[in-house]
Amino acid sequence: MPSLKDLKNRIGSVKNTRKITKAMQMVAAAKLRRAQEAAEAARPFAERMTAVMSALAAGVGTGEGAPKLLAGNGKDQVHLLVVMTSERGLCGGFNSSIVKLARLRANELVAAGKTVKILTVGKKGREQLKRDWSSAFVGHVDLGEVKRVGYANAQGIAREVMAAFEAGEADVVTIFYNRFQSVISQVPTAQQVIPAKFEATASTALYDYEPSEEAILADLLPRGVATQIFTALLENGASEQGARMSAMDNATRNAGDMINKLTIQYNRSRQAAITKELIEIISGAEAL
Amino acid sequence: MASTVQFDLVSPERRLASYPATEVQIPGAQGDLTAMEGHTPTITSLRPGLLKVVSADGVKAYVVTGGFAEISATGVSVLAEQAVPLDEMTPAQMDALVADACEAAAVNADKDTADKAVADLYAMRAQAGI
Repeated sequence: MPSLKDLKNRIGSVKNTRKITKAMQMVAAAKLRRAQEAAEAARPFAERMTAVMSALAAGVGTGEGAPKLLAGNGKDQVHLLVVMTSERGLCGGFNSSIVKLARLRANELVAAGKTVKILTVGKKGREQLKRDWSSAFVGHVDLGEVKRVGYANAQGIAREVMAAFEAGEADVVTIFYNRFQSVISQVPTAQQVIPAKFEATASTALYDYEPSEEAILADLLPRGVATQIFTALLENGASEQGARMSAMDNATRNAGDMINKLTIQYNRSRQAAITKELIEIISGAEAL
Repeated sequence: MASTVQFDLVSPERRLASYPATEVQIPGAQGDLTAMEGHTPTITSLRPGLLKVVSADGVKAYVVTGGFAEISATGVSVLAEQAVPLDEMTPAQMDALVADACEAAAVNADKDTADKAVADLYAMRAQAGI
C-alpha cells in the first residue's frame, strides 16, 4: 500500500504528463491544419499532371520505343521500395503501419525470388526496418532538418530514384506512405511510380501537341515521378500530424482516467487513516 | 469587352493565380505563342521564360522555369515547376536560378538541353531587365 505522500507525488507526475500530451495534441492540431492546407494546395497541380499524363500515355502506348519510365525496362527483378515515415515518434501506429505494409511486400517479393532494395525517408522507419532488412538498405533521405516539405525535397528523392532506375539498379519502384483520410484514419498505401501506372481515362478533348506527344511525355514523366513523391510526402505529413493528434488525445484521456483513479485511491487511504485514528481514540477512551 | 479565357497558374506547391484573361503569352518550348479564346486545344511544354497575362486589370508577368501549358478553347492552365510574379523577382533569386541551371548543365548528360535552359534563362533575364 503506497503511502499518502507517494500517491500525491504520483498524481502530480501524471498531471504533468497530461499537460505535456495536451500541449502536443494542440501543436499537432495546428500543424495538421497547415499540412492539410499544403496538401490541398498541391492537389490541382497533381491532378492536372496525372490527367495530362494519362491522356498522353494512352496515346503513346507502352509499345516499342515508349519512354522507359512508362514502359519499364522490361525486367521485373530488382524492386526498390521507398518507405516514407516520420522523423519523430509519439504518433501512434503511424510508422508501424507503413513499415508493416512494406515488410509484407518485401517478404512477398523475396519469396517470389526477387531482389529487394529499400530507400528510407524519415528515420523512424529506418529504425524499425533495421533489424530485418538492413542488408537491403541502399540509402536514406533525412528530412529532419526540413521544417516544411517543399517540392525541392521531392525532386531530390525523385532524382535519386530515377538515377537508380537508369543505372539499372532498380526495375520497379514503389513508394509506401500513409494516405490521409481523417484524423483517426490513415491508410497505408503502396504506389508504383516506375514504371508509371495510370488508370485508363477516356480523354475527352483532342489536343495538339507541341513538340510531339512523345517528347512531351518524355519531358513530363520525370516530373510526374517527382509530383507523385511530393503528393505522397504531403499526405504523409498530414497523416503524421493526424495520427499524433489522436494518439495524444488518447494519452490525455488516459492520463485523466488515471488521475481520477489515483485520486479515489488517495481519498480512500486518507479516509482509512482518519477512521483508524478515530477508532484508536474511541477504544482508548473506552478502556479508561 | 473582349472575350476572355480562364487563366490558371499552378505550381506543385500551390495555385498561384486564377482569373479571366483576354490573352496569355506563353513561352513554349518551340517558340512563344499567345492563347486567346477559341484557341485549338494544345498542350505544349515550356522553356524558361516570361509568361505574360493580359487581363482587364492590365498585364501581369510571371517568371516560369519549365513545365507545361494546357490550352483549350475556354481556358489556359499553366503548370509550372517554379513560377514567380515578375515584380516579386529579385536579382538574387534570378542569380540563384541561373546558378541552378548552370549546375544542372554541368552534370547533365543531355548537354544541349541543359545549355539551352541556361541560354533561355539569360535571354529571359535580358528581357525582364533584371
